[in-house]
Amino acid sequence: MTRPAQSSRPAQGPDALQRFSRSWASAALTVALGLALLFVLPHVLDDFALVQATVYVVMSILAISLAFIWGYGGILCFGQSAFFGLGAYTYAIAVTNLGDSTVPFVLAIVVPAAFAAILGYLIFYGRLSDVYMGVITLTVTLILFNLINSTAGPEWKIGTAPLGGFNGIPGIAPLNTPGNIDDTIGPRGLFELSFGALLLVYLLLRALLATKPGRVIVASKENEQRLLLLGYDARAYKLFTFVLGAAIAGLAGCLFANWGAFTSPTVFSLAQSAQIIIWVIVGGLGTLVGPVVGCIAIQWLTTQIGTQQTINSNLVLGAILVVFVLMVPKGIVPSLGSLGAALVSRLRRQRDMANVNAAVKEDPDAGPQAAKIDQAAKLDPHGETVR
Amino acid sequence: MDLAAIVLIQILYAISSLIVISSGLAVIFGMMKVINLAHGEFMMLGAYATIEAMRLGINLWVAIFVVAPLTVGLIGIVLERVFIRRLYGRMIDTMLATWGLSLLLIGAVTSIAGNTTAGVSAPLGNFTIGAYSVSSYTLVIIVVGALLALVLRWVLLHTSLGLIARGTMQNPQMADALGINPSLVYSATFAIGAALSGFAGGLLAPLTGVVPTMGGAFIAKAFITVIGGGPAIVVGLVSASTLFGAINQIATFASTPVFGEVALLVGAIIMLRLLPQGITGRFFKGSL
Repeated sequence: MTRPAQSSRPAQGPDALQRFSRSWASAALTVALGLALLFVLPHVLDDFALVQATVYVVMSILAISLAFIWGYGGILCFGQSAFFGLGAYTYAIAVTNLGDSTVPFVLAIVVPAAFAAILGYLIFYGRLSDVYMGVITLTVTLILFNLINSTAGPEWKIGTAPLGGFNGIPGIAPLNTPGNIDDTIGPRGLFELSFGALLLVYLLLRALLATKPGRVIVASKENEQRLLLLGYDARAYKLFTFVLGAAIAGLAGCLFANWGAFTSPTVFSLAQSAQIIIWVIVGGLGTLVGPVVGCIAIQWLTTQIGTQQTINSNLVLGAILVVFVLMVPKGIVPSLGSLGAALVSRLRRQRDMANVNAAVKEDPDAGPQAAKIDQAAKLDPHGETVR
Repeated sequence: MDLAAIVLIQILYAISSLIVISSGLAVIFGMMKVINLAHGEFMMLGAYATIEAMRLGINLWVAIFVVAPLTVGLIGIVLERVFIRRLYGRMIDTMLATWGLSLLLIGAVTSIAGNTTAGVSAPLGNFTIGAYSVSSYTLVIIVVGALLALVLRWVLLHTSLGLIARGTMQNPQMADALGINPSLVYSATFAIGAALSGFAGGLLAPLTGVVPTMGGAFIAKAFITVIGGGPAIVVGLVSASTLFGAINQIATFASTPVFGEVALLVGAIIMLRLLPQGITGRFFKGSL
């Protein structure tokens, strides 16, 4: 009796897509692509383009931090820019005071993380709902924005570093090799460092998500109640997720302060917060690569709008956000992915139908059974094959 | 003595302006559970409506009390029909969409009116208490805030309109079965909330600069007040405004206005840790 081929073929459709996006193959593919870009771009691009590319990479790190805590931890933080800004300011203040950049670099990651720990404690251990979470993170960002904005006078300084208020802090010293202040990082070095950091963060998050704590984090998003009943302290896992996200955002802030040698209160602004959310929504919630794609696309778009001065960028960003929430809620990358998967499975099905027809011609006895199996495979909503 | 009077007036003013700022959101978020992050932009539209109406020669008071609420109420109806209604029950999506809406409105107004500060000077001049001079408009805001809370409570408790609105929010199917069109009630409630926001924007326009991004200054305060107030709409609004307004003004006296705002927001966050259900989740239970 001839068994049709479909019983042994891999799952199709969204299932196969999900399996691929969770597999190590996709991580390896992404990192390989990233490494290729990391080595090729500095040879292809001139200095100016490379500096432009660096800010895209830095913002991608910021995007991935929200992609992680929102897409995997289910924490919608409207104030990811608070941690980004804290990272930038911490680095700027510390490097002005200390000279050597090693400790400031570490501080720029630790301070936002510590701040997130306090804030997260108030939110998660107060068992505040998602809505309060959003409003409180928004409020904290506004507090920081107002506070820093009002520190323009010379009396506002930490150590020897004036805070500068709405003027910001100019002339921030760049990173140097640990212990040697004179060996500072150049534009190319900063590009490589940022890109390396992005790939490292991506790999670490992928690795974390494959471990048991990572799975618990995802579970706390899916069903917090059930997780609690299984004996896990969901609050602690959420707090950990939140703090890790803040640390990554702080790293991005530190690199951003390095990129422009300047930081101003706009890093805390609502517009900045909104942008991060738009990157994640547009790129695709629940993926790590999607938000990076969204970040680069939106940044490119805002730069284009900024250069031609006819349409207001807020108008466009707002419209994009509304349209995506209402019409493409999954975001670009997953939508493209399922489109591709649907196409592939349709092609496969056509091929299988041809096979079945051929089989029926060869062996009339097997006909009804083969047709039944094929039908069952079609009926199953997930495209999983019936064995 | 004079100083005490001034401090009292300033504290009452802070409380009252919080009521004014938050009342529209109390209706839209407190009643309808629509997290309207475009609330600040509704206020901004109200302020612009007031200014434009005055440019056309309309009396300031008419502009504030009629033109601003009407304009923003109408805009609210359109936005509810086009966007908000697709999102009922989806809190996070509502938050994101209304944030998009807020950016959209800022962008649209910037494109039309430009990014410059337009202003109306405060009417009615000043009066003096001892050595201190106070703007009479401050008193107007105090009175309007108090009246607003009373009227809102009266409408919700003692008119059939309020009863229908509350009933529909509680159980739309039941209201539908009783011959009330829930979709109409949702539209109307949203429009009233939007109109209140627009009115607040118009009322505060003489005191704050009118710029497209002015909404950002109000949004956090409004949300914190409504959330801090808890489930009872009017009592929560008034009690949270009283608490936060007093904190704000006292801290402002002790330091600077910026630290006053910081004290308000930090105090609110700590209060939410202690009373996650808001003030009326613990006290004044069962009131409205």
